Amino acid sequence: MIINEPIPVEKLDPDQIEIVIVEDSSKVAELILRVVRRLNLAGRYILIKDGGEALDYLFAQTNYVNAAVRRTPRVVFLDLKLPGIDGLEVLRRVKLDERTKNLPVVVLSSSIQENDIKTAYDLGVNSYVTKPNQSEELSSVVEELVRYWLLLNKMPAR
Amino acid sequence: MKNQNDTVDIVIIEDDPNDAELITRVFRKHNLANKIILLEDGAEALDFLFAEGKYAQNSTVLSPKVVLLDLKLPKVNGIEVLQRIKSDERTKNIPVVVLTSSSEDRDIKAAYDLGVNSYVTKPIKFDDFAQVVSELRLYWLLLNKPSESA
Repeated sequence: MIINEPIPVEKLDPDQIEIVIVEDSSKVAELILRVVRRLNLAGRYILIKDGGEALDYLFAQTNYVNAAVRRTPRVVFLDLKLPGIDGLEVLRRVKLDERTKNLPVVVLSSSIQENDIKTAYDLGVNSYVTKPNQSEELSSVVEELVRYWLLLNKMPAR
Repeated sequence: MKNQNDTVDIVIIEDDPNDAELITRVFRKHNLANKIILLEDGAEALDFLFAEGKYAQNSTVLSPKVVLLDLKLPKVNGIEVLQRIKSDERTKNIPVVVLTSSSEDRDIKAAYDLGVNSYVTKPIKFDDFAQVVSELRLYWLLLNKPSESA
């Protein structure tokens, strides 16, 4: 870990969900949430378990009508194998829509298949990261991802 | 014979010699095997990336692991370089990180509209800048997986 300063939570807007985690495996999700909570980001993330619901959240529709698109997260971590609508289709719709195309989306997947990687870049993914098998390694990858996209990367004014 | 330019890993497009030295030093520090090319203006950067002009002998358009792109560049500015990279089928999947001193929303918005992968501002203090570059190296060389058929 190169940047070891704490996440400056006091600088974050308390009403903003900063991290959207789209992940259907409860084991992986639990591990990601543990890291996110350890970084003091409780209340700044939302965990969504299927693709259709992810789209509802990001486009503020059906169950999320009141969540409004103004709640622009700083990063979306997107698994590829999801129930219902799969990750690549979620990515395609997010990157095709003017309202959401500038959202940083990182595919976080166990797939190392070149056709998945290529398709994700073709659709405009910001970054593609593979999940290590070991949970300790996955924790450090997730921590690095959170630090990079929350501390280093700048996004347009919300 | 394989042209040595066929295996470039990191393309740094930066006209400030101090910043360029710092960036190349950090990128070289941990792994001497990474091939780095430094390009000092936007026109040469485009020639290199598209194998044109003085780089026309490069057989193919290259797919580096990451391009670090400054915005204020001589000849062709960074936003236009980004626009060319991201609108060409041969280069659009190359990860491009804007690394600039500008934190103006107009620049950030323009970069995202063109499809930048990430936008990072240069800290003023040398030590902070070195740390940011280390983090960029770690993220884009070790964590991110580029497409091999970009």
